[in-house]
Amino acid sequence: MRTNLADYECLTPGSVREALEQRATGRKLIPIAGGTDVMVWMNDGHLGKVGKVYQSLHALAGEWRYVKTDTEGNLRIGALATYSDVRHHEDVKKNYPMLVHSAQVTGAIQIQNRGTLAGNIANGSPAADTVPALMVYDAKLRLVNASGERVVELSEFFTGYRANVLKEEELISEIILPKPRFAADQQYYRKVGTREAQAISKVVFAGANDGKGNVRMAWGSVAPITLRSKKTEDAVAAGAAADDAWAILQTEITPIDDIRSTRDYRLKVSQRILADFLGKVHQ
Amino acid sequence: MTTNITFQLNGREKTVQAHPMARLLDVLRQDCSLTGTKEGCGEGECGACTVIIDGRAVMSCMVPVCQVHGSKVESIEGLESMGADGQTCLHLIQEAFIKCGGAQCGICTPGMIMAAVAYLRQPESAPGGVAEALEGNLCRCTGYTRIFESVKTAIDRMKTGANQSR
Ligand code: FES
Ligand code: FES
Repeated sequence: MRTNLADYECLTPGSVREALEQRATGRKLIPIAGGTDVMVWMNDGHLGKVGKVYQSLHALAGEWRYVKTDTEGNLRIGALATYSDVRHHEDVKKNYPMLVHSAQVTGAIQIQNRGTLAGNIANGSPAADTVPALMVYDAKLRLVNASGERVVELSEFFTGYRANVLKEEELISEIILPKPRFAADQQYYRKVGTREAQAISKVVFAGANDGKGNVRMAWGSVAPITLRSKKTEDAVAAGAAADDAWAILQTEITPIDDIRSTRDYRLKVSQRILADFLGKVHQ
Repeated sequence: MTTNITFQLNGREKTVQAHPMARLLDVLRQDCSLTGTKEGCGEGECGACTVIIDGRAVMSCMVPVCQVHGSKVESIEGLESMGADGQTCLHLIQEAFIKCGGAQCGICTPGMIMAAVAYLRQPESAPGGVAEALEGNLCRCTGYTRIFESVKTAIDRMKTGANQSR
């Protein structure tokens, strides 16, 4: 059933400062960045309890819509940068190929022109396509409130299904990716969905190996949150064979049956992705 | 709660009074009486509602109208132009859809055309070509072949300079 919009309020702050001051009043405000999730809930009548208050961040684009490399060589993605901004950015194309790939397989171009990576993170869908790639690149998030800020690791941001460490008064202001350190042929991204375009993943994986003992592997759609399989990473870094790595991975992922796939299928696909990944990057 | 939202719609300034989270799609169809933009799914899956905002193709069913304040919005109705003889002329891509049979029931057509127009103006937006540019647009009738032919015909005509894309 379609939502009766009159039941909801929506604030439209004109600047970052105004947005954070609104959040500091103790009201629970649900942020809207590109709207590509919230507007679907609205259409389905899932905006939540009558009286909920939303906050459109669109007018903060002047301050928060950017993709740039800072003087230390870190990539900074402003909270309002869209998938399109990211996938077409020269520095991203040069240094973070899995980010290009994952942004390109998120929705269709019309979605990529609107949706933001920060929104994808905040929304917390375990099927988010860009999040595994960001985790492999050791992304950090800058969280700001009216009086300060903190930086957290993306791999420690999620605390449970659609739950995270963000406080009511905070917003994600940017995503920070450390200097690139993986060779292009040591990076592997794979999304498995029903069809090439416009699909939500059944399993999504990003992995990389720097050849110096640092292996990163992150998985989506196989647990309540997107997660790094750290035990498997360590085993792979120590030279584990595919079978041993798979035995460990099974202790880290917990796929379920849902409308998009089954637990069995997801396990089978995860096992094959793991083997394929190891075949490509293992030395 | 409603608020005034001012934007440029097909080249003219327009102010509407609406809830900030009203869908741009509904504002176009109901408040602006521009019913060319269609609703297929209402959840970002089908592309029937595609319009162009500040040069980029977007799904208008997913855009809260407060977010177009100060923007340029183009809908299918904005494509035709006034010829020297005072008659309206269709955009070359509209002509190509007619010529190649790119439209059957027509529900997907305005969205297909707007996505194609955004691509024709900015081919670098879809490095994968027409197939990528239109991957967010579903059609239940044509089987896509004629839609692709239509877009390719329009590209060829643009290249031969028969008509300038705007
Ligand atoms: S109606 Fe907007 S994408 Fe289908
Ligand atoms: S012509 Fe009918 S849906 Fe495309």
